[in-house]
Amino acid sequence: MNIIVCIKQVPDTTNVRIDPETNTLIRAGVACIVNPFDMYAVEESIRLKEKFGGKVTVMTMGPPQADEALRETISLGADEGILISDRAFAGSDTWATSYTLFRAIHKIGDYDLVICGKQAIDGDTAQVGPGISAHLEIPQITYVKKIEEVNLLPGNKYIKAERMTEEGYEVIESPLPCLITVVKEINEPRLPSLKGKMRAKKAEIIKWGAKDLDVDPAIIGLNGSPTKVVKIFTPPPRKGGQILEGDPKEISEKLVELLKNDIP
Amino acid sequence: MDYLLTEEQIMIRDLARQIAREKIRPVAAEYDVEGKFPWDIVKVLADSDLCGIYIEEKYGGTGGGVMDLVLATEELSKACGGISLAMAATALGTFPIILFGTEEQKQKYLPDIAKGKKLAAFGLTEASAGSDAGAIATTAKKSGDHYILNGTKQWITNGGEAEVYTVVASVDRSKGARGAAAFIVEKGTPGFEFGKKEDKMGIRASVTRELVFTDCKIPKENLLSKEGMGFIVAMKTFDQSRPGVAAQALGIAQGALDLTVAYVKERKQFGKSISSFQGVQFMLADMATEIEAARALIYATARMIDSGAKKVAKDSAIAKLFASDMAMKVTTDCVQLFGGYGYMRDYPIEKYMRDAKITQIYEGTNQIQRGVIASNLIKESVA
Repeated sequence: MNIIVCIKQVPDTTNVRIDPETNTLIRAGVACIVNPFDMYAVEESIRLKEKFGGKVTVMTMGPPQADEALRETISLGADEGILISDRAFAGSDTWATSYTLFRAIHKIGDYDLVICGKQAIDGDTAQVGPGISAHLEIPQITYVKKIEEVNLLPGNKYIKAERMTEEGYEVIESPLPCLITVVKEINEPRLPSLKGKMRAKKAEIIKWGAKDLDVDPAIIGLNGSPTKVVKIFTPPPRKGGQILEGDPKEISEKLVELLKNDIP
Repeated sequence: MDYLLTEEQIMIRDLARQIAREKIRPVAAEYDVEGKFPWDIVKVLADSDLCGIYIEEKYGGTGGGVMDLVLATEELSKACGGISLAMAATALGTFPIILFGTEEQKQKYLPDIAKGKKLAAFGLTEASAGSDAGAIATTAKKSGDHYILNGTKQWITNGGEAEVYTVVASVDRSKGARGAAAFIVEKGTPGFEFGKKEDKMGIRASVTRELVFTDCKIPKENLLSKEGMGFIVAMKTFDQSRPGVAAQALGIAQGALDLTVAYVKERKQFGKSISSFQGVQFMLADMATEIEAARALIYATARMIDSGAKKVAKDSAIAKLFASDMAMKVTTDCVQLFGGYGYMRDYPIEKYMRDAKITQIYEGTNQIQRGVIASNLIKESVA
C-alpha cells in the first residue's frame, strides 16, 4: 500500500505572541513544529504500512528549512521525504497550494491513499486536503477518526472509514485511491526511535521546484492565489457579563427590564 | 555549557528529554504514590531504542558506552529518579555480561536486553554483607554440570521484574572475597524466588525485592568469568556503573532546580517575586554552580571509561560521591525555597529530596566511596 502524506511546518503556537501594532504573529524566535494534525496523519500512514506493507512518502511545500519537518517524520518511520520549494511558490493560498501539491502527487503517480491532517494550526482553513482531492479527481473522506477496513485486492480496492461529525459519525466507503483528512481522535502519535533519528539524519530529501512539477504559472504562488487578506486583527476580549442578584422573582424582573431597554 | 557531544549523543539526549517531558513527568507523581513498576514507560524506552545505547551493535544495541548511558539517565531522572532506574539498574545487571561474558553468553542475553524485551538486575548485597562484600553467605556448590545456589540477596533493584540476574555467590567461603563467583540466573529457574517488595522512602517507582535461592540449580555455562573472580566482577561492574548513579543524582538535582527557578519567579512575598531577593538568588547560583561542576566531572569520567582507561575506580568513585552529595544538598535547598509548600506532597519538589537520598547510599555508600578514593590515593603516592 503506497501512501502519500502531506504535512506543513508551522510556528509552535503554544508559545506564540501577537504584535499589537501590526496584529501579526511574532515569528522571530518561535520554534517550528510539524502541524500537530499532520502528526496524526503520519502516524496513521505508518500503522497502515506496518499492517499492509508498501511505502510512506511524506511531502511538504515550504521554505528550505521545512526539510527538518520531513526528517522528523522519517525518524518516526516514513520512507521518503519530498520538499517542494521554490521562490515561485511563495505566497500561495490554499488554492495555489493544493494545485501545487496535486502536481507533485501526480508526478509520483503510484499511490493508494493520500492522508492530510484536518487543518493546519496556523491558517485553520481545512481547505488544502479537499483541494488536493478535487484536483486529483479522487474521492475524499474528511475528519476521519477511524479507518475500519482497507481492502487491497486488485479490482476491488477500497477503504472504509468513520468520519466525525458534530452529531456523531458517518461510516463511508470509498474506492482507492482516495484522500482522507484525519482528526486527533484517530491515534496517538509515537515518539521517534534512536535508530529512526539516525536514519532521518542521513536521509536524502528529494527537492522539487516549479520546473520539476510542470505547473501552470498562472495558478502558483502569490499571483496564482485568488485569496486576498484584507485585514488581520485580534478580536476584542469579551467584556465580563453582568450578574443579577436577589430572589428569583426580583432577578427575572430585572432581566426583563434589561432586555426591554437594551434590545432596540 | 557546551560539552561537545557527538551528533548521536545529542540525539540520545534529546530523545530522552522528550520521553521525560511527554511520557514520564505526567505520571511521576502517580507512580511515586502507588509504588508500582513503570512497565508502560519501559515499553516507551524499548520502542525508542534507548535500552541498547550502551550495548554493541552486533548484539542489537547502538554501540555507545557509559557516556551515552549517563546522558539518558540524567534526562530521564529530571522527570523521575525512580522510573529512570528501570534502565539504569538493568545496565548494572548487564555490565558483568558485557565485561566478563563469553561470546555465547553475550549472544544469548544481550540482544533481548538491548531491545528492551528483558530487564536485568544485579545481586550482591545481603542482610549481613553490604559494604563488606567479602562477607557474602550465599553459596554456589558445584555438582557435575551445575551449580547449586543457596542464600538470600537483599534490596535488589528490578528484583522480580527483571528476567536476567547477575548474582555473586561464594564457591568457597573459607577464602572470603577470593572465594566468590558471579553467575547469570534467569527468572523462572526452579528454586529461585522473590521476597517481599520493599516499601521505600524514595525512588518508589523502582521495585526492590529479595532474591531467594533454595537449592537453585543453574548450568555451569552460567558462570561469569572464573571461580574466585566474583569480587573482581562486582568491583569492575561498579567502576562502570557509578557514573550512572552519579548521572541519576545529577538529573534529580537539575530537575529540582528547574522546578524551583520556575517557582521562585511566580511566588510573591512583600509585594515582589521572591526571585528578586538576593538571598534567594545566591542559593540558586550556588545550586547551578554545583550541578554544573558535577556534570563536568561525570561526563569527563564517563568519557575516560569509554576511552578504555584501565584504572577508573578512584575517578568513578569521586564522580558518584560528589554528584550524590550535591544532589542531596541541592534538593534540600530546593524544598527550602518552596517553603511550606515544598514540604507538602501536593507539590512535586519533596519527591526529589526523597529520591536523592538513595544515591548517597547504594552502589557503595558514600563512606565506601571515600574509602575507595583514599586507598587509591595512598597507593598512588607510594608508586
